Amino acid sequence: METAEHPQTNRGRFRWGEPIFFNLTRAAAVLTLLLLAAIILSLVHGSWPAIQKFGGHFLLSGDWNPPKDQFGALIPIYGTLVTSIIALLIAVPVSFGIALFLTELSPPWLRMPLGIAIELLAAIPSIVYGMWGLLYYAPIFSQYAQPILHHTLGQIPIIGALFSGPMMGIGILSASVILAIMIIPFIASVIRDVFAVTPAMLKESAYGLGCTTWEVVWHVVLPYTKVGVIGGIMLGLGRALGETMAVTFLIGNTNFFNGFSLFLPGNSIASALANEFAEAESPLYTAALLELGLILFVITFIVLALSKLLLRHLSR
Amino acid sequence: MDLRKKRRIVNRVALSCSLLAMVFGLFWLAWVLITTVKLGVTGLSWDLFTKMTPPPGAGNPGGLLNAIVGSLLMIVLATALGTPMGILAGIYLAEYGKHTWLGQTTQFINGILLSAPSIIVGLFVYSAYVAHMGNFSGLAGIFSLALIVLPVVVATTENMLRLVPDTMREAAYALGASKHVAILSVTLRASMAGVVTGVLLAMARIAGETAPLLFTALSNQFWSLDLNQPIANLPVTIFKFAMSPFKDWQEIAWAGVFLITLGILGVNILARIFTNLRYK
Repeated sequence: METAEHPQTNRGRFRWGEPIFFNLTRAAAVLTLLLLAAIILSLVHGSWPAIQKFGGHFLLSGDWNPPKDQFGALIPIYGTLVTSIIALLIAVPVSFGIALFLTELSPPWLRMPLGIAIELLAAIPSIVYGMWGLLYYAPIFSQYAQPILHHTLGQIPIIGALFSGPMMGIGILSASVILAIMIIPFIASVIRDVFAVTPAMLKESAYGLGCTTWEVVWHVVLPYTKVGVIGGIMLGLGRALGETMAVTFLIGNTNFFNGFSLFLPGNSIASALANEFAEAESPLYTAALLELGLILFVITFIVLALSKLLLRHLSR
Repeated sequence: MDLRKKRRIVNRVALSCSLLAMVFGLFWLAWVLITTVKLGVTGLSWDLFTKMTPPPGAGNPGGLLNAIVGSLLMIVLATALGTPMGILAGIYLAEYGKHTWLGQTTQFINGILLSAPSIIVGLFVYSAYVAHMGNFSGLAGIFSLALIVLPVVVATTENMLRLVPDTMREAAYALGASKHVAILSVTLRASMAGVVTGVLLAMARIAGETAPLLFTALSNQFWSLDLNQPIANLPVTIFKFAMSPFKDWQEIAWAGVFLITLGILGVNILARIFTNLRYK
C-alpha cells in the first residue's frame, strides 16, 4: 500500500520489521472499525426476539408492562428526546455566551484558567452529578425554581400546562437542567475553537468599519463559523441523548404517561437500561431492553455522524 | 433613539449576557465541588481505606477498601488492555492510512465511538461476553472499560502524531531509516508526552464510569480479586449506596464521590495545564 511510496532499503534485520509493523497497526485500525459492527450486530441479535414479536408496534406503544411481557418504547423514547431538547435550549445560548466571553471579552491571562474550569464541568463523573443532583439540587429546585416557573411561564395559556403539577424537584425538567450543565462544556469548547479559527482580517475589517464587538460576533464571526457551531450543538445533543447516571437519579423513572407537564417524572432510554437491565428476568424483557439500547445507539450514531461531518474541516 | 446609542446599548447588553453565561457555568462547577468537598471531608476517615463495604444497616461504619482496590485494579488492567491497541491504530491513522479508505473510515467511526453512550458499551459486553459466560465478572468490567479507553487513545495518538512536523520524518528517512523505525524512534518519541497525557485522561474518564459496569462487573460487597467473579468498584457502590435509605451508606457514598472527584479533577487539571503550556 503506502509503503511503496517510500524507497525501502530492506536490508539486514529490518527486512521483516516494516511489513510486520505496518500490518500490526492496520489490524488495530480494522479492529476499531469492527468494534462498531460488532456492537450493532450483537444488539440486533440480542433484541431479535423483541423485534420479531412487536415489530414496528414497539416504537408506537407506550405500554411497558414486564409482568405481562408487553413492551412498547414510546415513553422512554419521548423522555430521551424531550430532556435532550430542553437541555439544548438551555445549553446552546449559555455555551455561545461562554465562547464569546472566552474569545472576545476575557483578559488573556484569564482565558486558560476559565477555559479549564468550563472543561472540568465535563470531567466530573455523571454519578457525581446524579448524587449531588438528587440530594442537593432537587430540593432547592422544587422549593425555589419550580414555584417561580409555575407563577410566570405557568400562567401563559397553552405553554402553561408544561409548568404545572406536583413540584417534587425530580422529573423531566429537573433532569434536563442537569443535562444542560453536563453538555455545556462540549458545546462551548467547540464554539470557542471554531470562533478562534475565524481569520483575524475579517474581524479587523468589521471593527475598522466601526462595528461593536457584538456586531462583529453576530454578523461576521457567527455566519462564518455556523457550520462548526451546528456541529458543536450536534455533539452536545449526542452526549445528552446517551447520558445515563445523572438522568437516572433525577428523572423519576416511571413508565407511565401522566401528561405533558415537564414537572412530572418520566423515563429515558439510558435510565431504563440502568435501572431494569440487571433485573430483567424473562428473555423477552432482556430482548426488549436490548432493542431500546439499539434504538438509542442508532439515534446517537446518526446525530454524532452529522456532527462529525459538519466539524470535518476543523480537524484538517 | 439615536442609532449610535442604540447600538452601544445592544452591545452592552449582549456582552453582559455573555458574562452572565460564564458566571452561570462557574456557578454550577463551584456548587458541585463545594458540596462534594464539604461532605467528602467530613466522611473521610482511616476506616475508609482499611475496612470493607458494610452490609445494610449494620451500625458499624465500614469503609470502601474493597471498592477502592477493585476500581484501581480494573482501571489499570483496562488501560493496559486498551492503550497498546489504541496507540497502534492511532499510528495507522496518522502515518499510514491518511489517504486510504480504511484510514478515513476508521477515523470517522472512532470519532463517533468517542462520544457514543457508555451504557451501550456495557450492553455490548453483556450480550457478547456475560450472557455466554453465565455470570457477571470483573473481566467483563475490564473489557467494557478497555472499549472506552480505546477510542480516546486512538484519537489522541493520531492528533499528537499529526502535530509532528514532516521535516522530522524526512530527516529520519534521509538517515536511511525505514518507515517503522522513523515512526517508533522519531515521530512517536516526539509526541510521547501528548500520548501519555491522553492515556492519563482516558484513565480519569473510566475512573468515574458507572453505566458500563452496571451489568458487567456488577459489584461485590466482599473482598474479591477473582476476575471471574463480580468485583467491588467505587462507581457502582456509590450508585447503590446513594439510592439507599441508610444514613451511614449515604455518608460512605459521599466519601467515595469525594475520592473519585478528587482523583479525576487532579489528573485533568495537571494534564490540561501540561498540554496548554506545551502546545499553545
